[in-house]
Amino acid sequence: MSEQRLSCREFIDFIMAWLDCELDPETRRCFAAHLEMCPDCVDYLESYQHTVELGKAAWDAPGDAPVPDEVPEELVQAVLAARRRT
Amino acid sequence: MAVRVASAGAGEFADEAALVAALRAGHEDAYEQLVRGYAGRLLAVARRMLGEGEDARDAVQEAFLSAFRSMDRFQGNARLSTWLHRIVMNVALMKLRSRRRKPEEPIDALLPGFLPDGHRELRSGRWEPSAALERRELQQRVRAAIDRLPESYRTVLLLRDIEELDTTETAEMLGLSPAVVKTRLHRARLALRELLAPQLRDGVGSS
Repeated sequence: MSEQRLSCREFIDFIMAWLDCELDPETRRCFAAHLEMCPDCVDYLESYQHTVELGKAAWDAPGDAPVPDEVPEELVQAVLAARRRT
Repeated sequence: MAVRVASAGAGEFADEAALVAALRAGHEDAYEQLVRGYAGRLLAVARRMLGEGEDARDAVQEAFLSAFRSMDRFQGNARLSTWLHRIVMNVALMKLRSRRRKPEEPIDALLPGFLPDGHRELRSGRWEPSAALERRELQQRVRAAIDRLPESYRTVLLLRDIEELDTTETAEMLGLSPAVVKTRLHRARLALRELLAPQLRDGVGSS
């Protein structure tokens, strides 16, 4: 059975659905076949995943420390004062 | 009735249910406990969406006042933190909408370019982010790149990838269809990848 070939352009369109396991079986086969024959799309897919990870970590605290619950006192007081006025 | 932990001193309610009951009953120290417990986290969310300026603080204040007003509508099966997180995001989104003065630039210029035969104009190359840049420096560059995304794409990326809402929740919050949320998220990631690529490709980029 002959398989529909994806171009690199079409490959990119399907990356998110591939990662979310939302491709239909036929497109999934075409996507996997393209990965087999296109090393640059292998790199591209990896860099896409890196991008998602970097975005998710962009506001993380350094090291394994949890995000500090720093509470600016004047903000607390402003909220409580505003509540009393309402 | 609001139950307090005897040993924990004034303002310490035994659990979330007790705190919610005290808030509904209008206890002053319950309000203070809620604000002290969550202001830092809500401010972090507001700053991610609105930046470091006054707007983020205003959003937190408005979010708490809105929460106090709608305490009766808080569903006991939800978590307070999740509920407050949604409220501050909604307030921040309203502020973003009122800020928007001019039509946003289309995202196309930030998406990867292709040759007529369907190949990329530029080879992807391998990325070596950890070798290229120090972590804090890298985080700063990623935040700056996210800031360069057109607002309607940046918002979807923030809600989905950073605030970790799912597609349906994001769609509801933004008044979009789930399909549009998915398309925008994918394009936002592609654009972010293009913005980061010159700094991360083949480990180059510490210059």
